[in-house]
Amino acid sequence: MKKTASWYLKNTILYGVMVILILACLLPFIHVVALSFSSNRAVTSREVFLWPVEWNLSAYRQVMGDASMVRSLWFTILLTVLYTVICMAMTIMAAYPLSKSRLKGRRLFMGLIIFTMYFSGGMIPDYLLVSGLGLVNSIWALILPGAVNAFNLIILRTYFMNSVPGELEESASLDGLNDIGILIRIVLPLSLPIIATLSLFYAVNRWNGFQDAVFYINDQAKYPLPLKIYNIIFNNSRPELLMTSGADATPVPGDGLKGASIVFSTLPILVLYPWLQKYFVSGVMVGAVKA
Amino acid sequence: MSASDARQMQGPEKPRKKNIFFYLRRDKYLYLLLLPPMVYFLIFKYGPMYGITVAFKEYNIFKGIGASEWVGLEYFREVFRMKEFYRVLRNTLLLNGVDLLFSFPAPILLALLLTELNSKWFKRLSQTVLYLPHFISWVVIGGIMYQLLSPDSGYVNILIRALGGSSVPFLTERVHWVASYVLIGVWQSMGWGSILYLASITNIPPELYEAAMIDGASRLQQIRHVTLPCIRPTIVTMLILNVGKMMTIGFERPYTIGNTLVREVSDVISTFVYRVGLQSSNYSLATAVGLFQSVIGLVLILSTNYISQKLGDDGIW
Repeated sequence: MKKTASWYLKNTILYGVMVILILACLLPFIHVVALSFSSNRAVTSREVFLWPVEWNLSAYRQVMGDASMVRSLWFTILLTVLYTVICMAMTIMAAYPLSKSRLKGRRLFMGLIIFTMYFSGGMIPDYLLVSGLGLVNSIWALILPGAVNAFNLIILRTYFMNSVPGELEESASLDGLNDIGILIRIVLPLSLPIIATLSLFYAVNRWNGFQDAVFYINDQAKYPLPLKIYNIIFNNSRPELLMTSGADATPVPGDGLKGASIVFSTLPILVLYPWLQKYFVSGVMVGAVKA
Repeated sequence: MSASDARQMQGPEKPRKKNIFFYLRRDKYLYLLLLPPMVYFLIFKYGPMYGITVAFKEYNIFKGIGASEWVGLEYFREVFRMKEFYRVLRNTLLLNGVDLLFSFPAPILLALLLTELNSKWFKRLSQTVLYLPHFISWVVIGGIMYQLLSPDSGYVNILIRALGGSSVPFLTERVHWVASYVLIGVWQSMGWGSILYLASITNIPPELYEAAMIDGASRLQQIRHVTLPCIRPTIVTMLILNVGKMMTIGFERPYTIGNTLVREVSDVISTFVYRVGLQSSNYSLATAVGLFQSVIGLVLILSTNYISQKLGDDGIW
């Protein structure tokens, strides 16, 4: 291609805009990380921008030293693992039979599932059900109500229908495998990429989600990290939350401590994200084919 | 039953028609697999639909849903008399509307920019960085934004002051808050949203561009006359989906970005239902508001779906 003046102009603008967008996405995170590693004095006197001033780890020591924070971390890990395993199992169990055109009643079952994507009971009826089942303040309140995502189910079903060769399943069936055997021995090993993607979707949602915890969990010992962080971050800017933060709440947290809590809760995602990104993207592509 | 009906039932069709037990036996493992998820849907998705009756009852925690007294449309009348209800309805539509105006075109523009990048590694870097906010929880985004945008201690305002301006009340004044809410949304969703459009741009046959280049079309003309018409179905579909969701607003974003100073504009249906229902235990009233939202939402989605099917792949323009 000829490198004319307009070519240079175009690329300068193009790359300029992209650099600005990249910075807009990165700088807020870098700023918070810098705050979290700076001394309290430097943070309060606003000397910290993108590089820590007067390096120290006191904010992290405070976060790690807070027993309730560490407990929240373990609770959230347990919650995320349990949730992901249960969701994936349920999604597979629904998607596989529904991918078989010979299954009688398939349209009815799909209809029942798809209808829930358009209409739901709503926040209060959901709450009444959860409390009616005695699940308030239980880890199951954060697992069961969201145990199958209809959209993920459809993605997986589409994958089973389009990407797993029917002949393989037929020959396995001739060899005497029943449907569950075929699913476990033939279909699942062929579907590992999509299963990885959907598991990641479930896991990230659970790790980040806190709406249901706001509704269903009052017991501080069962606060997932996002709710815990919410209380720390908005403690002094939102007086109404002081009441829920308990008697042993730490003194009004500074921006350094807030930053450290943010980094603490986001670190797993930030560390894993670059490696897992391609799985996320491929999941969206599969979904897009359907939509 | 008339004689002819009876004859028909015994007619020649019968031997071919297998009864339901045949299929249940043949596919017993499939039904076995399907049982737990279907039970799940019945309990956790259809169960709450029974709870909707609370909107038509004087709900009493001790009596439970079934034994509470019917009051007909009493609570709906109360809802429509509440000033606050119209405020949250207006805010929901306003925030979704402004969001649609900015958050909807942003990923399309970004996808167009990304396809123009010649450098492979730079493109990949941009994508990795721009998708990131999608994976961060709203609590963390809210926390970061409150730190960055606070009037006196936020770094954005420190920079503005250093450049000779005066502090901007990004999150504490109504108009600024709406702008910040929308911009934060664009920031969070733009990258991830662009994936769909990128995929659709990748599917455009290269011959179309070659033909356009032979005709002497500049890059901008190629975008205007090749790229945009080719991704139009995707754009239309996404637009229709978004319009269908006008009444629905998530809880986490307004809850974490909103605050008491701007409640006049930040209070939306979801936060209102939470406050009235779960915080003040006014279950019936909150259920009525929720039901109103779900029904309008359902009508909107079904009608936009219908329109999109009518239009098929090439509609609107």
